[in-house]
Amino acid sequence: MELKEKLVSSFLAFESTVDTKSTVHDIRSQAIKDFEAFGFPTRRLEAWKYTSLNKILDNDFALFPKSSTALEYSQVKQYFIHDLDTYKIVFIDGVYSSHLSSTTHDKFDVCLMSSALTQNRFKAVIDVYYNKIAHQDGMVSLNTAYAKEGAFIYLPKNIASDKPIEVVHFSTGKEGGMLLQPRNLIVAEDNSEVSIIERHQSLSDSKTFTNSVTEIYAGANARVDYYKIQNDTSNATLIDNTFTEQHRSSVASVHTFSFGGEVTRNNLNFKQKGEGIDSILNGVTILEGKAHVDHNTLVEHTEPNCESHQDYKGIFDEHSTGVFNGKIIVEKIAQKTNAFQSNNNVLLSDRATVNSKPQLEIFADDVKCSHGCTIGQLDESALFYLKTRGIPEKEGKALLMYAFANNVLDSVKIPQLKNRINALIAEKLGVNIGFDL
Amino acid sequence: MLEIKNLHASIDEKEILKGLNLSVKAGEVHAIMGPNGAGKSTLASVVAGKEDYEVTEGSIELEGENIDELGADERAHQGVFLSFQYPVEIPGVSVTNFIKTAINETRKARGLEDMPARDMLKKIKEKSELLEIDSKFLSRSLNEGFSGGEKKRNEIFQMAMLEPKVAILDETDSGLDIDALRIVANGVNKLKSEDNAVIVITHYQRLLDYIVPDFVHVLHDGKIVKSGTKELALELEEKGYDWIKAAL
Repeated sequence: MELKEKLVSSFLAFESTVDTKSTVHDIRSQAIKDFEAFGFPTRRLEAWKYTSLNKILDNDFALFPKSSTALEYSQVKQYFIHDLDTYKIVFIDGVYSSHLSSTTHDKFDVCLMSSALTQNRFKAVIDVYYNKIAHQDGMVSLNTAYAKEGAFIYLPKNIASDKPIEVVHFSTGKEGGMLLQPRNLIVAEDNSEVSIIERHQSLSDSKTFTNSVTEIYAGANARVDYYKIQNDTSNATLIDNTFTEQHRSSVASVHTFSFGGEVTRNNLNFKQKGEGIDSILNGVTILEGKAHVDHNTLVEHTEPNCESHQDYKGIFDEHSTGVFNGKIIVEKIAQKTNAFQSNNNVLLSDRATVNSKPQLEIFADDVKCSHGCTIGQLDESALFYLKTRGIPEKEGKALLMYAFANNVLDSVKIPQLKNRINALIAEKLGVNIGFDL
Repeated sequence: MLEIKNLHASIDEKEILKGLNLSVKAGEVHAIMGPNGAGKSTLASVVAGKEDYEVTEGSIELEGENIDELGADERAHQGVFLSFQYPVEIPGVSVTNFIKTAINETRKARGLEDMPARDMLKKIKEKSELLEIDSKFLSRSLNEGFSGGEKKRNEIFQMAMLEPKVAILDETDSGLDIDALRIVANGVNKLKSEDNAVIVITHYQRLLDYIVPDFVHVLHDGKIVKSGTKELALELEEKGYDWIKAAL
């Protein structure tokens, strides 16, 4: 049976596991119909021109875990920012692990979507925000239909989270390949502040297909920093759909560190609904083998005096492929918009490919918008300079790549996370340059 | 220390150096002057090991060892240093991290352990003071947004850290105001010893007031056409290069 048919026909079985008499379930019922109509995205869609899911969809994926699996912290410590005190929401094969997690309901909520969707005390927040920010398409409606579990983070007005929050998804491969569909909601009301670090990690050679939807609401003057570490195995596919809605003078950033995986697709949408907003979208991609990463960004400027900054850097070796498709819309009313976009890529192999496509739709006449994309090789004169200082070719190249990628990390606000990303980059580039990481 | 014999070098099949001879002994300072296009920067690049140039004839020896087959990094390990006319900007790597990497790679090539962190810090502090470099400067990205003077001071700082046997200073005075020139020259003079040698490539006599050469050579059309002592530089400053060309 094709995966699409299997998903549509399994919905009945899924319904027996949830409360069908709720508004959330009405949303699910509509979503499965939408998914049936949309189907999985194909390369015939302009937005999916360079990314094919066909090979992934040929696999047979288990949709629900049969039993829960336990992991000890010591087994998976390396996947956490372990030198940083954090709240943790951890899932193993899609099932919440209270053993590895550390949640809170003190002043603000860091807990589970399954609680938020079913418990009365969260109803008011769910009614206002849940499924209101996401745009429906094939992948999003599929996620919405099966939405049940994920991270729920709620910061009321004037509250800053006292520590960052880690959201980590492990897949163990115990039941073969799995389709995981986490659904996250982050609500940061006016003047609140929160940082989130998300990671998906396969612990076996089994195929994992994750279709994740995250809705982020940033109220007036709120600050939300979201960091995604994508360093999974070559059997893991991730479709990440992240939707951000920002209000007056808020700052929201999404950093994407894409260092692995089979196919990784980042659909990143920012909608600005107020003045004085800043949206930051940064990405570092370092790939080899046959890995494929597709960054598909959309920033909608709908009010005057706002800014957006996009900086995506990519290093591609062997047969790896990258896509950057960045769209900026500046509506007629959005005067004095400052929108910047840059996408720089280095190809280390003749067989690596990058497709970079900036799209600017500007309807206002008093704006500053710039975009630039480059695809090239390493700077030979810089390499010679390093060699004259005694740094051999291999180390010199690594140093230049490190420097190229590292530049994006200036905006990472958590020092321990920055160190970790630095270390990952150094490891990816196969160097021990002896830096103070 | 450095013996260059009958050196011919070309780039894209165009011959730039046409039989150049130069003998530099330990403890000496040599100045190489000459008009634009004479081959001064090419000489610096060829000795440092830039692969764009092909050595078609002749040899370069450092302490009796032929180095013209070595890569630029290996020459650096043997003790060759080039101060660039236009140092390259490398955003994302701080001056400190860069120099630590350079020192430890050189030590590795010489079969030594990494320099202990404490010794490294001490050395960085000592040498940056010599060049009047502020500690904040050391954490900035290498050469990025540096003024002309800062770039050149940073070059000499690297020379101080790496302690080469032969340092070639390519147009180190260009883009320097008089204060920066004094600091840079003072740094070079303090680094000079009986065990190393300095080759100063310059257009103008000005730098030679501060770094006093033992010998001055005039490079013209890929060859050294006249050699003398520091008085030759003054004569060139006064008369220009035409009288030398005319004498040929």
